Amino acid sequence: MKNYRKIISGRTAVIGIPYLWLLLLFLLPFLIVLKISLAEPIIAIPPYTSLLEWGDSLWPTIKASLGSYLFILEDSLYINAYLSSLKIATISTFIALLVGYAIAYSIAKAPTRWRGILLMLVILPFWTSFLIRVYAWIGILKTEGLLNLLLISLGVIDKPLTIMNTDLAVYIGIVYSYLPFMILPLYANLEKMDFSLLEAAADLGCRPFKAFWTITIPLSLPGILAGCFLVFIPAVGEFVIPDLLGGTQTLMIGKVLWMEFFNNRDWPVASAVAIILLAILVVPIMYYQKSQEKAIS
Amino acid sequence: MTRLTLFNKTSLILGFAFLYIPIIILVVFSFNESKLVTVWGGFSTKWYGELMSNQGIKDAAWVTIKVAFTSSTIATLLGTVAGLVMAKFGRFRGRTLFSGMIYAPMVMPEVIIGLSLLLMFVALSIDRGVMTVTLAHITFSMCYVAVVVQSRMSSYDDSINEAALDLGCTPFKTFFLITLPIILPAVISGWLLSFTLSLDDLVIASFTSGPGSTTLPMKIYSMVRLGVTPEINAVSTILVGLVALGVVAGSLIGKRQKNN
Repeated sequence: MKNYRKIISGRTAVIGIPYLWLLLLFLLPFLIVLKISLAEPIIAIPPYTSLLEWGDSLWPTIKASLGSYLFILEDSLYINAYLSSLKIATISTFIALLVGYAIAYSIAKAPTRWRGILLMLVILPFWTSFLIRVYAWIGILKTEGLLNLLLISLGVIDKPLTIMNTDLAVYIGIVYSYLPFMILPLYANLEKMDFSLLEAAADLGCRPFKAFWTITIPLSLPGILAGCFLVFIPAVGEFVIPDLLGGTQTLMIGKVLWMEFFNNRDWPVASAVAIILLAILVVPIMYYQKSQEKAIS
Repeated sequence: MTRLTLFNKTSLILGFAFLYIPIIILVVFSFNESKLVTVWGGFSTKWYGELMSNQGIKDAAWVTIKVAFTSSTIATLLGTVAGLVMAKFGRFRGRTLFSGMIYAPMVMPEVIIGLSLLLMFVALSIDRGVMTVTLAHITFSMCYVAVVVQSRMSSYDDSINEAALDLGCTPFKTFFLITLPIILPAVISGWLLSFTLSLDDLVIASFTSGPGSTTLPMKIYSMVRLGVTPEINAVSTILVGLVALGVVAGSLIGKRQKNN
């Protein structure tokens, strides 16, 4: 009894509680997804076959099927959806980096008393509802929307632009929604930068652009990487933005997964779609985790 | 101090215009008399009145508040412990997996988290409802709390704890009398973050909710699917206002703590 008590010391209990929670509600669900992705769809509740079959013998026979994976690999719809998600996420991340860098750099150069309020203005939209911020763009981008009204009344265009329900609207939506995630790590890095290095470079005859390229960018590289991962990884699996702003031809894997699950009710295929998406994202996620841990400690 | 160049000023102005104009337009058009969201028909608060008589929205709002309150409170408890473990417990067996499970949910696409939790609830034959949504929200919120607390704890001076322990204070008491008051601002902002994350979530709630547990984002989403209406603008304005109020209050609490 005494030994038993020693093993479950305070320390183990403190580690154990959150650990157990995450094991049960984060890791276990993934194992179940993996299991169902190897099952076959049937019309029943739940709509998949069980992996283990208990016959007369003592041991169950394993009935795993790669059917769902083969189905995904054979149908070009899924491959195209993965590729197009990666493309849309890459382009959006790049635009967000350009826009975010300009803003973060300018905040870092602003007088100290302004920085707090400017940073707060960046964080505020991040706290407001994602759905609402995406919804706000519908009224602006649609054919009879505010952007077209403005451009027509200014005489810039005569016919309304079609932005809504195109990939362009999805880019705008992703950049807009994820911009704070890009700005915050960039700012955290640029704020610590010693701007006198740039003055020294200028004194030694270095042109401002070259100084920026050879000094500022390398010094802020950890922030650039953290920001890009924070935008890219969730953007690949984004559902709300392509669903509300994108059109029927905008193919993104998050939306495919949603449809497969809610509309087609094919749980094994939806699970296999999730597992492949996870396999694509596992390397960036692990890299992100490593860099975050390093940054904090 | 370096001076702001024209480039800096332009990027700040354009950047903040980009971030705020859509929200401002949304708020302005919630007071529009006309049913058309893009044509101004005069000032009116009639859409807010209409909102008040919409039972579906009121029910959904109530579910959302219940879920957000419960999940953020439990997530703060679990997340604070997890943050403490990450910052101060050094190496232990399974640490890499632990930190992986803390960081991954923050970037993991929501459709994957939602699907995996739903499939687990089905596999364990747990009925979907307010409880399952709450469990799901606790799980991803606690990770955010853990990171906020961890980054606060990493600059925490351990010698005060050692002094308390040397003077015969129990570890438990030391935590509540010394550590907790010092990290309280981080814990509070973790709670606020969890609350808004829960208030915000559409995708994970859609997967994990069942009949009778439609949350406000799910209700708004189904309304948006049917078309843009000033009523959605009105409910959005209320949410944006509440969050802005919360963030300002939170930062004031943080400032007072710092001054003390």
